[in-house]
Amino acid sequence: MSEILSAPYALEYTYTRSTGPVVGRFLESLRYEVLEGVKTADGRVLCPPLEYDEGGQPTTGEFVQLRPSGTVKSWSWVPEPRKGHPFDRPFAWALIRIDGADNAMVHVVDAGKAKRMKTGMRVRLRWADKKNGTIRDIDCFEPISPYLPSPVHLEYDVNPGKHYTAYLRGLQEGKLIGGRDPEAGKVYVPPRGADPMTGNPTNEYVEVPDRGVLTTFTIIRIPFEGQKLTPPYCFGAIVLDGAHSPIYHLISGVPHDDIRMGMRVKAKWKPQDEWETSLENILYFEPTGEPDAPFDSYKEHL
Amino acid sequence: MRDVAIVSFSQLPSVKVIDAADEPELVQPVTSDAMRQVGLTQDDIGFTCSGSTDYLPGRPFSFVAAVDGLKAFPPIRESHVEMDGAFALYEAWVRLLHGDIDTALVFSFGKSSLGPVPAILNLQNDPYYVQPLGLDSISAAALQAQALIDAGKATERDFAEVVARNRRSAVDNPNAQIKGDFSVDEMLEEPYISSPLRKSFCSPLSDSAAAIVLAAGDAAKRLVKRPAWIRGIDHRTEPHALGQRDLTRSPSSTLAAEKAGLGKGQVDLAELHAPFAHQEIILREAMGIGDEVNVNPSGGALAANALMTAGLIRFGEAAARILSGDADRALAHTTNGVCLQHNLVAVLEGE
Repeated sequence: MSEILSAPYALEYTYTRSTGPVVGRFLESLRYEVLEGVKTADGRVLCPPLEYDEGGQPTTGEFVQLRPSGTVKSWSWVPEPRKGHPFDRPFAWALIRIDGADNAMVHVVDAGKAKRMKTGMRVRLRWADKKNGTIRDIDCFEPISPYLPSPVHLEYDVNPGKHYTAYLRGLQEGKLIGGRDPEAGKVYVPPRGADPMTGNPTNEYVEVPDRGVLTTFTIIRIPFEGQKLTPPYCFGAIVLDGAHSPIYHLISGVPHDDIRMGMRVKAKWKPQDEWETSLENILYFEPTGEPDAPFDSYKEHL
Repeated sequence: MRDVAIVSFSQLPSVKVIDAADEPELVQPVTSDAMRQVGLTQDDIGFTCSGSTDYLPGRPFSFVAAVDGLKAFPPIRESHVEMDGAFALYEAWVRLLHGDIDTALVFSFGKSSLGPVPAILNLQNDPYYVQPLGLDSISAAALQAQALIDAGKATERDFAEVVARNRRSAVDNPNAQIKGDFSVDEMLEEPYISSPLRKSFCSPLSDSAAAIVLAAGDAAKRLVKRPAWIRGIDHRTEPHALGQRDLTRSPSSTLAAEKAGLGKGQVDLAELHAPFAHQEIILREAMGIGDEVNVNPSGGALAANALMTAGLIRFGEAAARILSGDADRALAHTTNGVCLQHNLVAVLEGE
């Protein structure tokens, strides 16, 4: 135990500072979201502006407006911000050369993660919501992504055609409808315009049961744009009993390690009052518990 | 020009916290010991000069209070710099060149344990453009370290090797704070504080005090057998704004070393004041200090860094090895400001 007395103590100086014609003009311009540099006698541009260049020459007092963007010359990532830092989330300190300037500005980059930081990266200035005529009127800089959002949006009326309409109407009633080629006898689920083996229309509709063989599957572990489910999940090809082509659906109700080719599966339907003209009436396929189908029985569908 | 020498040196062990000492209590043991070593008292001293900063204790004019650690009656000639004590040594050296006095006492003290040092050092930054952002000293140094990596001049492993070597050398230094065998690989596993700086790449913060007695010409020869003669001493500073400098170079060190006459002969050792590991790499390149030179036999600032004092200790450690006869020619260096802005270099020689 220390015998020496100790007590907390805060030191503050409530000074104000005069800014002068160079620094003052720069800071005043920030209030109006205008970024300016000052010209040196030898024609360079300094941003932030200084009264004197490093050669001791007075700068000219001629201001030039600059684009609010620049290039990172050096940086430091702060994973755990400390007291006095401008952000309470991880951020980067950076030396930034403003476009059109010859020196660099110390400021911060709000990049979200260290991996986005790189010397030479392009950044744009983000203005603070509230201005008070200080360097913090610049809230921060943020990375300029080399990618341009390029969405396409077109609106159509979709007509699924005669066969698909029959299939979807069947689903609305909890039935799986296939189309049979009357000559070759093969059943396609959903029905198609023609049997690709014979060229005959498959216009003889038959109902097949909501169970069959899982012929192959994949487990999706990566996220992607537009994904509706949280990885990991399993997607499989199912040849329904009596059908000669697979449908594709989620496989669930079973640990992923237990999913295998040849597994017998059956549909897990939504409650009947939620049925629509959609395959989404089936939530997923799950194991029936029956013995697996032999490989030879489904190999032609792979 | 008069020959001026360091004739004695005293320091308190650098430790994390010296509880039981205010300014006079830090100063008195080292000033009295430095004078006692050469048989002098304050009455024999022609000029006294100190270096410290009031922001460490957070007490304005604390340097005035420090005079209470000296015998100041009858009144003494006294001065102070708000800088490392090594710059007080420079002022004392200039004062001795006047020729009217023969001895000077230089001291400094730093209690880094009292306040938030990285935030205090933000007060060195530009009050218009940088201070309001809160750029602490570690983050400023990190911008320099990253620039060094980007320039292909060093890697993080190089930083760790600098630390390992300094802290290994410090094993023989009873006054060092962090010493021993540190694994480079383990240092490289530490989390970043401000990337690319990890905790080990930064100096520890220490409490300490140090004092040196300078003497000129024959007075020096009377006081000790083998004075550590200051053959050359110079300091240079660079622009303040970080964005106006190439942080991977230290032209102020290059010029100060040249003016101090470093190139006139080989040095046996160099005591470099590099508070961050990467700064030793910059300083060595700037001053052309090769692998044949024993850099920081004391462990340097990476083993103990009492602010405002670690620079004067570099001078003391270099001089001590000449006074003892272990070295003939040594370089002593001190830095000041953000990212090696200002550098002081001296060349010390035995007979």
